[in-house]
Amino acid sequence: MRSIRSLFPIVAAAVLLNGCMLFAKPPQDLDYSRTRASEGGFYRATIRPDGDSIPQGKLQRWTLHLETAAGVAVDSATIAVDGGMPQHGHGLPTKPRVTRDLGKGDHLVEGMKFNMGGWWVVKFSVAAAAGRDSVVFNVKL
Amino acid sequence: MRAIARTLRRLRRSPFFAVVISVAASTAATTLVAAAAEAHPAGRWTKEERAMLRSLSLASLGPLPADPSNRYADDSAAARLGRALFFDARLSGNGKVACATCHVPASDFQDGLPLGRGVGTAARRTMPIAGTAYSAWQFWDGRADSQWSQALGPLESPVEHGATRAQLAAVLGAAYRAEYESVFGKGTLTRATTGKDGVDRVYANIGKAIAAYERRIGFAPARFDRYVAEELAGGVHSPQGTLSRDEEAGLRIFIGKGSCTNCHNGALLTDQHFHNTGIAAAPGLAVDSGRATGVRRALASEFRCDGPFSDARPDDCAELSFTVTEGPELVRAYKTPSLRNVADRAPYMHAGQLATLGDVVAHYSAAPAAPFGQSELKPLRLSADERRQLEAFLRTLSGPLAAPPGWLEAPAARR
Ligand SMILES: [Cu+2]
Repeated sequence: MRSIRSLFPIVAAAVLLNGCMLFAKPPQDLDYSRTRASEGGFYRATIRPDGDSIPQGKLQRWTLHLETAAGVAVDSATIAVDGGMPQHGHGLPTKPRVTRDLGKGDHLVEGMKFNMGGWWVVKFSVAAAAGRDSVVFNVKL
Repeated sequence: MRAIARTLRRLRRSPFFAVVISVAASTAATTLVAAAAEAHPAGRWTKEERAMLRSLSLASLGPLPADPSNRYADDSAAARLGRALFFDARLSGNGKVACATCHVPASDFQDGLPLGRGVGTAARRTMPIAGTAYSAWQFWDGRADSQWSQALGPLESPVEHGATRAQLAAVLGAAYRAEYESVFGKGTLTRATTGKDGVDRVYANIGKAIAAYERRIGFAPARFDRYVAEELAGGVHSPQGTLSRDEEAGLRIFIGKGSCTNCHNGALLTDQHFHNTGIAAAPGLAVDSGRATGVRRALASEFRCDGPFSDARPDDCAELSFTVTEGPELVRAYKTPSLRNVADRAPYMHAGQLATLGDVVAHYSAAPAAPFGQSELKPLRLSADERRQLEAFLRTLSGPLAAPPGWLEAPAARR
């Protein structure tokens, strides 16, 4: 829980130097893909929110699909969820959890919520047989 | 778990965030220059701004959310009973305090005082009621997770109604037996008064009836809503849907430079969440840590969503199950209030610390440090003109309440 949050003040401070932290637009070249490789390259993950657009202020269930770099579905994994708004310096308004292993590499994520418009990051920290790694998604509301 | 902690430590040193920082900083700077270059004539909104305006308008408010924890929430007989109870001063220790004593319907269901005054003086500002059915958390600190659970707090608070559960059950038995039993079942009130659990059940049901009344109280369109509808329909404005130049400029600050919509978003102009905005402690009150304490109380409440008096299935209680229970962001964080009718209900903040709307705007402009915990605000440094414009805009959010006919008054004297 702490790692992303402890970094946010640094991000916030850096942006603040430009004098417009609060109404800054998100960086133009962010990758908003719903499928991303993990930081260390061990996994590929896909997020599937309830619908096409992610609603503001409503609790949501997501499916997280996880596979190894070689494309093998990962069912048995310990997955932690974290995130927040880098430009605002705060974390998620809720404490989402992976509540169920749905099989075929799918994991149910409950308690997702975004209470503001703008750029969010959501990070899944994965510990499984292939190794420990994390995958970060950019989400725009 | 230790493995994950190690991964997290590794991530902390990851270059990913360094990249994010530099990208964010440089694009933020270019965005500012670009925004300054294309200044808009008043009343002209970009596509993005129009989407924002639409989202803030009452027309974007979704249907009333169900309350699975209260199976009587949409029962009209329960609502009629709740309405009668809401105005009944017998539901108090001294026979003089009704819900409507502090939640005055003609004043947007609040009392205009810094601190609520019932049997004694409360430690918090009375909150308005309209639209609260849309909120997962009630009270300034979110210590109740439903409207019915909220309604039960003041009844036995020694400084608000100052009543006891046994006394309330007796009042119900003497004055509302038929109405109560037509909603909650034949003989239930008689049986209830014979055991402690029964009295608690009556108490919970009082809350559920009051909530059934309260959830029918909402907002009717304000001038701002008409302005948005007319703006989106082509920009021809009726007298009821016109904003002055100052009001329009204030709206531009509200959705732009002021970043007000970070928290005051959606059709109710609230993110329904909790924030530390650096409001000074009110003199003479005990230390108040806001949501940090409120969430503990919500989780421990016997009237919580997954508690013994709730009608919800455990699956219905996701707001409670996934709430943040600890962390620095909870300290002295308070509920974002709706800004609908904000101009009509000074004083402001959780203990009425700010006397006028002008003081509120000045507070956000200056963004002082919090007495404890960390304020989320950054100074907006608005000019006097900008502050005046923002305040002018906030006044366009005033409109009538929406409720079934006659429901904003006490029911006619009974029997
Ligand atoms: Cu934010």
